[in-house]
Amino acid sequence: MSMQQLYLLIALSPLAGAIVVGLWGAKLGRAASHWICILGVAVSFVGSGFVLRDVLAGNAFNGDIYVWMTSGNVKFAIGFLIDPLTALMMVVVTFVSLMVHIYTVGYMADDPGYTRFFSYISLFTFSMLMLVMANNFLQLFFGWEAVGLVSYLLIGFWFTRPTAIYANLKAFLANRVGDFGFVLGIGLIVAFFGSLDYATVFGAAPKLATTVLDVGAGAPWPLLTAICIALFVGAMGKSAQVPLHVWLPDSMEGPTPISALIHAATMVTAGIFMVARMSPLFELSDTALSFVTVIGATTALFMALLGVVQNDIKRVIAYSTLSQLGYMTVALGVSAYPAAIFHLMTHAFFKALLFLGAGSVIIALHHEQDLRKMGGLRRYMPVTYATMWVGALALAGIPPFAGFFSKDAIIEAVQLSSVGGHGYAQFAVTAVVFLTALYTFRMLFLAFHGEERFGHSETAHIDDDSAKQLHEEPGHEEHAHGAAPRESPWVITVPLVLLAIPSLYSGWAYIDTVLFGNYFGGSIAIAAQHGGLATMREEWHGAVPFIEHGLLGLPFWLAAAGIATAWLLYIKRPDLPAKIQARTGALYALLINNYYIDRFNDWLLAGGFRRIGALFSDVGDRSIIDGFFVNGSARLVGATSALLRKVQSGYVYHYAFTMIIGVFALLTWWVGR
Amino acid sequence: MTMLPYLSLAIWVPIVSGLLVLAIHRDRDVAAARWLALIGSVAGFAVTIPLYTHFAPGTAEMQFVEAKEWIPRFNVNYLLGVDGISVLLVLLNSFITVLVVWAGWIVIEKKVAQYMAAFLIMSGLLNGVFTALDGVLFYVFFEGMLIPMYLIIGIWGGPNRVYAAIKFFLYTFLGSVLMLVALIYLYSISGGSFSILEWYQLPLSLKTQVLLFVAFFFAFAVKVPMWPVHTWLPDAHVEAPTGGSVVLAAITLKVGAYGFVRFILPIVPDASRYLAGFVITLSLIAVVYIGFVALVQADMKKLIAYSSISHMGFVTLGFFLFSEMGVEGGLTQMISHGFVSAAMFLCVGVLYDRMHSRLISDYGGVANTMPTFAALAMFFAMANAGLPGTSGFVGEFMVILAAIKVNFWLGFLAATIMILGAAYTLWMYKRVWFGGVANDRVGALKDVSRREFWLLGTLVVAVLALGLYPKPFTDLMHASVTELLAHVAKSKL
Repeated sequence: MSMQQLYLLIALSPLAGAIVVGLWGAKLGRAASHWICILGVAVSFVGSGFVLRDVLAGNAFNGDIYVWMTSGNVKFAIGFLIDPLTALMMVVVTFVSLMVHIYTVGYMADDPGYTRFFSYISLFTFSMLMLVMANNFLQLFFGWEAVGLVSYLLIGFWFTRPTAIYANLKAFLANRVGDFGFVLGIGLIVAFFGSLDYATVFGAAPKLATTVLDVGAGAPWPLLTAICIALFVGAMGKSAQVPLHVWLPDSMEGPTPISALIHAATMVTAGIFMVARMSPLFELSDTALSFVTVIGATTALFMALLGVVQNDIKRVIAYSTLSQLGYMTVALGVSAYPAAIFHLMTHAFFKALLFLGAGSVIIALHHEQDLRKMGGLRRYMPVTYATMWVGALALAGIPPFAGFFSKDAIIEAVQLSSVGGHGYAQFAVTAVVFLTALYTFRMLFLAFHGEERFGHSETAHIDDDSAKQLHEEPGHEEHAHGAAPRESPWVITVPLVLLAIPSLYSGWAYIDTVLFGNYFGGSIAIAAQHGGLATMREEWHGAVPFIEHGLLGLPFWLAAAGIATAWLLYIKRPDLPAKIQARTGALYALLINNYYIDRFNDWLLAGGFRRIGALFSDVGDRSIIDGFFVNGSARLVGATSALLRKVQSGYVYHYAFTMIIGVFALLTWWVGR
Repeated sequence: MTMLPYLSLAIWVPIVSGLLVLAIHRDRDVAAARWLALIGSVAGFAVTIPLYTHFAPGTAEMQFVEAKEWIPRFNVNYLLGVDGISVLLVLLNSFITVLVVWAGWIVIEKKVAQYMAAFLIMSGLLNGVFTALDGVLFYVFFEGMLIPMYLIIGIWGGPNRVYAAIKFFLYTFLGSVLMLVALIYLYSISGGSFSILEWYQLPLSLKTQVLLFVAFFFAFAVKVPMWPVHTWLPDAHVEAPTGGSVVLAAITLKVGAYGFVRFILPIVPDASRYLAGFVITLSLIAVVYIGFVALVQADMKKLIAYSSISHMGFVTLGFFLFSEMGVEGGLTQMISHGFVSAAMFLCVGVLYDRMHSRLISDYGGVANTMPTFAALAMFFAMANAGLPGTSGFVGEFMVILAAIKVNFWLGFLAATIMILGAAYTLWMYKRVWFGGVANDRVGALKDVSRREFWLLGTLVVAVLALGLYPKPFTDLMHASVTELLAHVAKSKL
């Protein structure tokens, strides 16, 4: 088999699974359906492994599969670009996807939509692969929108729940706002480069570095800055950066396996991947880079604060995901693209692990997601407990776990940067280390340590916020609460263990290659003046000195302090959090309400759009156009005819009288002439 | 090679079938009328297939030309031909006719033969509109097609059909009369020719061109419909039976857009360039303003009708950008809208046949009782929202790209359809299909029948084909669009 056929096989085998199971899932039955989908993704995973090996041997591929359309001398094609960046993404995506496929067998076992779910996640895998394998902007946009579609379908998987169908509409629309910017960026590229092909565009970009775009608003915009910011708006939607982040916490309405796969490990990193892929463009605009940096730092900081107050276990991890995506975005902004991709990779492993671990807890507690009703689970769920520890240490950035390496690399890159906003970013990414450790271990301690709070009566105090977050997932029988929780079956624990392994070792094992070796080669471009990463490379002496260096640095001690604080508040003195909460009422209210952004959006956007629509519909269409012009014309015609009808009365003396007047008038005119 | 007169067949096979259906009609024998109508529509589609297979894409010349004398005294001829712009519309029309006949299969119980005949005759007349190259012949077909549509709305329509008909009449009458004046004027100054293609070469002063532009514009803008002469469409849709809505949205709206490329752009190019800003402004108002209006509609058919107006705004926008990508994007959008709007109205029809309500508030949780239907409707909702991979994406994407090339802000405003289109379509989907079962009537719904499934399934294939591989469609257009743009670029002053 040639490599080209292998690429096609990798992309299409999950699609084949999705189509077969989607159309005939009911007839095939559950077992056949999940085997077909798992097999499809397994083929992709193994194939991706071969592709990675091939890429490491120095091979690359860039070619079209078919020409989609041509118009006005622009070629629209579907094609693959296989280089180190793509190969790395392919392996990460297919590995996490495969783990999630297996895990789903256990997690969704009782759900009536079992086969539909498998069809969706296989379709997602296909879409994500098309996105990362694209060699042009058209296919990138195809994959981009397709993953959005699947995300929409999966958030609304339990479509009878009002919260789920609110969340999926919100997710799709927030993403569409991002895609709006993305399309404008692509449009500018086509307008000025005349091509959608990556290689052509990147090759021609330096020549257009000084081109300006006349937008008629005083000062013209530098073209590449406009393109990069427009593209980045797309990334802000998909990768949930402030202020388009609002959809991601709500997306937790979807089943937990997709929270792990789509809303943590892969789809939300599409924006990060895209910017890294576009590095030859972003490197030409310092304005765009500082925009990226500031947005990323804001997301990292403000979303981490929200993570500290959440009571829903999935929402803690969701806000953590937002914050970590902020880290990646900051890394992009300071031109440390390899560090962003490296953190994307380690984060995919440990965040998928944490989500799937949370799912294991949720299942064991019969769909209880409120941390205040957990506690002491370590005695009942040893495998989940141990793997969650690995995930938590990785997320908090404790050496030698994976997250330490990728996060420390980003923090160092920010320190060495001089891009606009780097001071703010440096403060944010450093402070967030403490917050990350705090919320992570708060979650871990509340769930697995302390007294057992599950199985208590349902009438326990529930404030309005947690009531919203409480769900009973349909299709599951209501087991008697109070029965001792049990460890999950092997289909759930095996993926946990398999994800814990790279969460443990992938940092020190790969940092040398991915970050400081020349792994990415030509697939990522960094301008000479953005040399932070190059400086780090010069000072690089291996993983062990990196750890030693890290142990002396501020971030490590902040992380340790975060863990210690969590220990103090949630194990040593569990009475303290309530007191702190009481003391900081206004701040707490601000945080628990997500800075009131949701309410603001509902009022301004959702409400405002409907008000504008009603205004146009009632006043514009109904009153002015229909009421005045159309019906007015009709009335005018009617009134005129009514008037004329009076003339034709049918009485002879009326006509005779009219004739006499006429004759008289004519005579007058004739005589008076 | 002697070729059959395929264009005449495309026009007359459906018309004759329609007349036959009427002729053999007996009230007891409804089945015969249905089968005859189906055979007629399939035959009507079959004779258009050679138009695609034998079409020579490399040339802008008219193909399959037929010329016969009709009224020699006034030099009126039976002159037919298609180019890369019109051939797809003929195919689309004949294809949709089959679906419409099939869609009315058991749903229509009252005056079945007349119903089927009206659609068949309508189909033939529409093919006439798309293929006529003689001004008078065009006018006859153009006016003639209104008659079956009036009857369809008037006989099988809803309770408020009289108002809708009057409104429709008021709008179209003024436009048609002005167009007739324009046609006669062109006849007189061209030295007695009604040939549309000869008019392309006619030198005209700017003042004359502007007057002609206004006359044609009125006729065609009402048909598209463009803002602000659009308000007849939602009322007509609401009153029309499902089949009527399908033909109205999928085909008759295209007549207006077709008029722009067949008459306005090549005959009065200087006026077109002079007034392009005006048309572009109206198109963008259609996209944005109508998008907002669609958002708040309580009636599903009205919502889709407004969505149609918004999507047709892309067609006129694309045409007046005067670039290949813009015009081809507009044409692609026409074909795609033919599929997607037809499917959307058929979906509403499926619900209406069961519940006899079009109000969104009467529904909720339809996906619980009609899962297969929900999947199909989701597909078409996404196509309507312009998701890549569906046909709805192709034309919109091309027009947005072409608009940005002309001016960034044009593209900016046009691209708002990505947000608005998704908002009104998916919000409707959420309220109708998602959620718990809203009431007992929704709880008692039965999923799509085999007929309904294949009807919608056929459109799924069409939407996917155009979305995943538009090249076979757009390749047909290139030569004709290049020629059209050459006409637009060449001054006639």
